[in-house]
Amino acid sequence: MSDVSPPKGTGPLARLEARLAWGLLAPTITAVALVVILPLLAIFWISVKPVSLSDLRAPEVVIREDIRGDDEAAGDAASIRYRLRNSSQDQPIRGVTITDTIPEGLTVSEIDPRCTLDGRDLFCDMGDWDGGFRESLMIPVTVEQAYLDNALRPQDSLAVITGRASSMLTNGTFTLDNFKRVFDGDEFWSVLWVTLFYTVFGTIGALLFGLFAALLLNKSFRGQGILRGLYLFPYVSPVIAVAFAWILLFDPFSGSANALLIQMGVTQEAINFFGQRPLALIMVTLFEIWRYFPLSFLFILARMQSIDTDMYEAADMDGASPFQQFWYLSVPQLLGILSVLFLLRFIWTFNKFDDIFLLTGGNAGTRTLTVNVYEQAFAVSNIGAGAAVAVVIFGCLLAFSFFFFRFISQEEGL
Amino acid sequence: MKYLRFGYVTAPLLGVLWTFVIALTVAITMSFATGSAFRPSGLGALIWGAGLGLACLPGPQWNAIVAAILAASAALFGFGPIVIGQGVSALSSVLGAGASAGFAALGLWIILDDVDFGAINRHVSEAALIKFLTGFGYIFFTAIVLIPFYVMVLTSLKNQAELIQNPLDFSIDLSKGWDLFRSYDELFRQFDFGIYLFNSFIISVLTVFITLLFAVPGAYAVARLRFRGRAAFSRSILLIYMVPMIVLALPIYIAFSMLGLRNSLGGIVMIYPVTTIPVALYMLQGYFRGLPAEIEEAGLMDGLSRLKVIWKITLPLSLPAMASVSLYVFMIAWNEFLLAFMLLDDPSKFTLTRGIASLNSSEIPRQHLMAGSVIATVPIMALFLGLERFMTKGLTAGSVKG
Repeated sequence: MSDVSPPKGTGPLARLEARLAWGLLAPTITAVALVVILPLLAIFWISVKPVSLSDLRAPEVVIREDIRGDDEAAGDAASIRYRLRNSSQDQPIRGVTITDTIPEGLTVSEIDPRCTLDGRDLFCDMGDWDGGFRESLMIPVTVEQAYLDNALRPQDSLAVITGRASSMLTNGTFTLDNFKRVFDGDEFWSVLWVTLFYTVFGTIGALLFGLFAALLLNKSFRGQGILRGLYLFPYVSPVIAVAFAWILLFDPFSGSANALLIQMGVTQEAINFFGQRPLALIMVTLFEIWRYFPLSFLFILARMQSIDTDMYEAADMDGASPFQQFWYLSVPQLLGILSVLFLLRFIWTFNKFDDIFLLTGGNAGTRTLTVNVYEQAFAVSNIGAGAAVAVVIFGCLLAFSFFFFRFISQEEGL
Repeated sequence: MKYLRFGYVTAPLLGVLWTFVIALTVAITMSFATGSAFRPSGLGALIWGAGLGLACLPGPQWNAIVAAILAASAALFGFGPIVIGQGVSALSSVLGAGASAGFAALGLWIILDDVDFGAINRHVSEAALIKFLTGFGYIFFTAIVLIPFYVMVLTSLKNQAELIQNPLDFSIDLSKGWDLFRSYDELFRQFDFGIYLFNSFIISVLTVFITLLFAVPGAYAVARLRFRGRAAFSRSILLIYMVPMIVLALPIYIAFSMLGLRNSLGGIVMIYPVTTIPVALYMLQGYFRGLPAEIEEAGLMDGLSRLKVIWKITLPLSLPAMASVSLYVFMIAWNEFLLAFMLLDDPSKFTLTRGIASLNSSEIPRQHLMAGSVIATVPIMALFLGLERFMTKGLTAGSVKG
């Protein structure tokens, strides 16, 4: 009798299943790799390159063609003028050539040494151009009757241009200036501090508000559904709409909030809520709490409704007061979801860009790291520095995700 | 704490707090509704709150009613919990005074239901406190959620001059009729909001379809099939959702500039689904795991292929999850601002959010800005309120297990 033992390794069926799984996942993996992984690598690449917004376009030859002089009667002397320039002020273009067709009825009387004429085809080899190069190339011609008869003018035939230019994005120049710029001076530390304040208080605030709202709605009564829907409004509506509503509400000149505060005698003159330190930072944090408490509320409520009510009845019988029940029964049950929410919201708040960008544009001491990316890349037009800030953000996130995986896998068994 | 557990301490204490909350609420409501001057009075709330608290202790009902009437009439003469400014119409004054005193008494009557005048036990005092906090919570959350939307809608119906004159006056002159909606009319006629609405709708619907097309097979594979690296994969899905959009937006902007994909709706439709696929996949795999595997195995035994099983068994069973994921993805695409803002410059290709951003200039009156916001908010709200149940379930399905 032969030895009977369980099969070792993966059998053909398991291999088939794995192959199917990867097949089903392939589209997602490809798409995510293209739009997430590739840009992330690009960010690292750009962060060590001196790229500014204007470098995004490779330098190119700008050409304008027209005819100068008389071209009214046969025998007139005129010239075709090519106005040429390098679009970039500092990047060279190599091996520039121009190919064009001279229109019917124009006889070239004299030719530039760099050009050759083959029948009607003009070919000019302009050599290498430095940055900011400009020149007018004149081709003197004599006008014949045929030219006057047809409507074809020199500018109607498109000149074909070739030239090699190295784009700043792909060439071999590297620099650490971007990082120096980012870490330079006090600005970085103030940005980091603002980011931490916003993230920590925004997260904790949203969690506490969410917990409070969930406690309110964790009982069934008429209108509970309506209130639950209502409390989700801030989260569901477009950020741009609610951000502008807040700006209007807290406007220093015609905002209702200021009018209300003045009327109630809280303040004598209008407060510039989004324009002065440190109030602006507090306001954007409040906005963050206001906008995202619904999410924590939803998750906490779902967890609450899955807690067994028997436990509370037993506690009631044993004489536990309502606060004791909350503290000793509900809180331990909710700790798991609360910690998961804390980690998730912490990272998401850290990543938040649109809210602050719309509310203050990063002014009045509200510039977080993410706003700084935009600020450096587009306001200062230094893409490289923006990318360097993005790399810093990414580094922070890697650190967070490390913690995230250590804790979340224990809590919720992801 | 022990010394507080007497009815004659608890009742006035909660009375003062509750009366002040009600006075503040009524003052803000009346100000926003009529534009007149109402404000809560700290001293008034202190005196009348204590009185109302004691009067609302269990006992004959007329105690509370008389106290409320006294408080209301005091308010009319300027000594109540709420102070009514000069030149407020008689109707508003009576309404404000009556509401503040009435709701204060009614609330306290409910809060102090079981509280006796003398010593009370811990249970009763905490129950009273919780009732107070519950009432406060309802008022607080409803107010903070509603006020910005209220301001948004009513500002869109007024004109600049009215807004500057009295920023609190949100009353609407109904005699204007259709003229009230002039901002909306101008947005649709002069600012092409019809096109933006259409663009947003098309992009969102396409995003939903493409996302599902990618996420359903992926989620099924992660939830059901055994392969090496499954655990690592299901974790890295969420990790991808952690990458901030602004970090991705920068290289995407560069790539699109070079490829000439900026200013094209096609480019947007290429990007949006990828931002939603991870979360859709994550939500769906949570749901697929909850489905009984036996049904699918029965299908396999009966000769269906895996793909047929997904199509004929899993998908029909997971329609509710599909609805919630679709709704969520639609919401993300509809509300997306950053990418649209960076990638679209041509007004004929704007989405709604990008269109609203273009209204934010000093030359365009602000009611237009608010009207645009309302146009963007109303469809997503309507959709969401109609399908709220799906949304609530779907959002929490992935991670929360009973």
